Amino acid sequence: MTDAPVILTHGLTKSFGDAQAVRGLNLSVGANRITAFLGQNGAGKSTTIKMLLGMVRPSCGEGTVLGKRITDAEENREMRRKVAYVAEDKPLYSYMTVEQTVRFASSFYPDWREAVAGRLLNEYKLPSQRKVKKLSKGMRTKLALLLAFARRPELLILDEPSEGLDPVGIEHLLQMLVAQAADGVTIFFSSHQIAEVERVADHICILDSGRLLLNASLDQLRQSYRRIDLVFASAAPDNEFRIAGVEKIQAKGHQMVLFAKSNAEAVVERARDLNAVSVEVAPVGLREIFLETVKEN
Amino acid sequence: MFFKLNPTTSQPLYLQLMQQVRHAAETGALQDGDQLPGIRTLAEELVVSPNTVAKAYSELEHDGLLELRQGSGAFVCVRRRTRSLADHVHVARRKLRDLIEQLRDDGLSNEEIQRAFEAELLYPAEIVGRR
Repeated sequence: MTDAPVILTHGLTKSFGDAQAVRGLNLSVGANRITAFLGQNGAGKSTTIKMLLGMVRPSCGEGTVLGKRITDAEENREMRRKVAYVAEDKPLYSYMTVEQTVRFASSFYPDWREAVAGRLLNEYKLPSQRKVKKLSKGMRTKLALLLAFARRPELLILDEPSEGLDPVGIEHLLQMLVAQAADGVTIFFSSHQIAEVERVADHICILDSGRLLLNASLDQLRQSYRRIDLVFASAAPDNEFRIAGVEKIQAKGHQMVLFAKSNAEAVVERARDLNAVSVEVAPVGLREIFLETVKEN
Repeated sequence: MFFKLNPTTSQPLYLQLMQQVRHAAETGALQDGDQLPGIRTLAEELVVSPNTVAKAYSELEHDGLLELRQGSGAFVCVRRRTRSLADHVHVARRKLRDLIEQLRDDGLSNEEIQRAFEAELLYPAEIVGRR
């Protein structure tokens, strides 16, 4: 996990007219791990991913993927050979059948694994003779995933890969991600499925309004984020709790709720010093962390 | 053995895995020489990042509870120390059970007891400082 970052950006920015979709993004994604890219709709996730892949030109800033500069056409081509990508809108040729699509894609990639493609075609129960335009949304997603999973890339980038999948499909997708990771593939994926992210991700990045608000390991988040509920005999002394790590303080009468990013121990100690009647510490799930982080912004 | 991970608690998944292996060794559910699934197999089974399993295994190896053999998997080594530790844990559990029963008699709910434990474990570090 100490390898050089597979994705590295510096001040990456994209404006569409007056609107800034991505603002001065400094992103670093480590090798050999699963990184989840979280953000609300319109936060700039897809634009970021498209810039990384050289599909959208940055307004300013720079970046590298697998050490190749994203704005250099030649380096970009080299990089794309080692990166598999599942796009948000799952673009496929609608006039081709499933079988034709798979055969067509296989001819592009030297890292194509025929056996894996065949196995997934069965597991996904994709009708090989059906035209892409006649596929359901879930089937389209599965076909797009198949095209990525059949390869053996260094880096796998997925934009909302679970879209249109039912719970069984999502479970299968997560298993495939884990299997790819076990093969040494670095994975970077955007998702709204926080419950799933919480299981498989090693690392979390949160993007909001084009800014990176959080970039941390999930273990670190689990261990440091706490909600602390305090009760005092008199009015809650909320001014006493402006401690490093405390993100949010809500006081109501004798009660107080704190949201600490770190340093929960210091909060508890302060509460005891101030003779709190009740001190309760509870872990904070990724959903709450996400909502709080985005709300604070 | 069967593992059960809870992604929504405050404990990192690798720690949960470690504790479950340790607990299984202490209770005898895992015996000396038993083999655990490989990193890839267990990661796919639990649908967690392979790094989670790798980290748990390497920490357990560091603690002397697992032996990792290249290519052939992870083997449990239960030494005398583990057993005496098991006795300690057993005694501690009995004490805890008594205490919890007493707190319930005093009218506290399970949730209140759990949160009180969380708060006490955080304070103060100098007394707990052993681990």
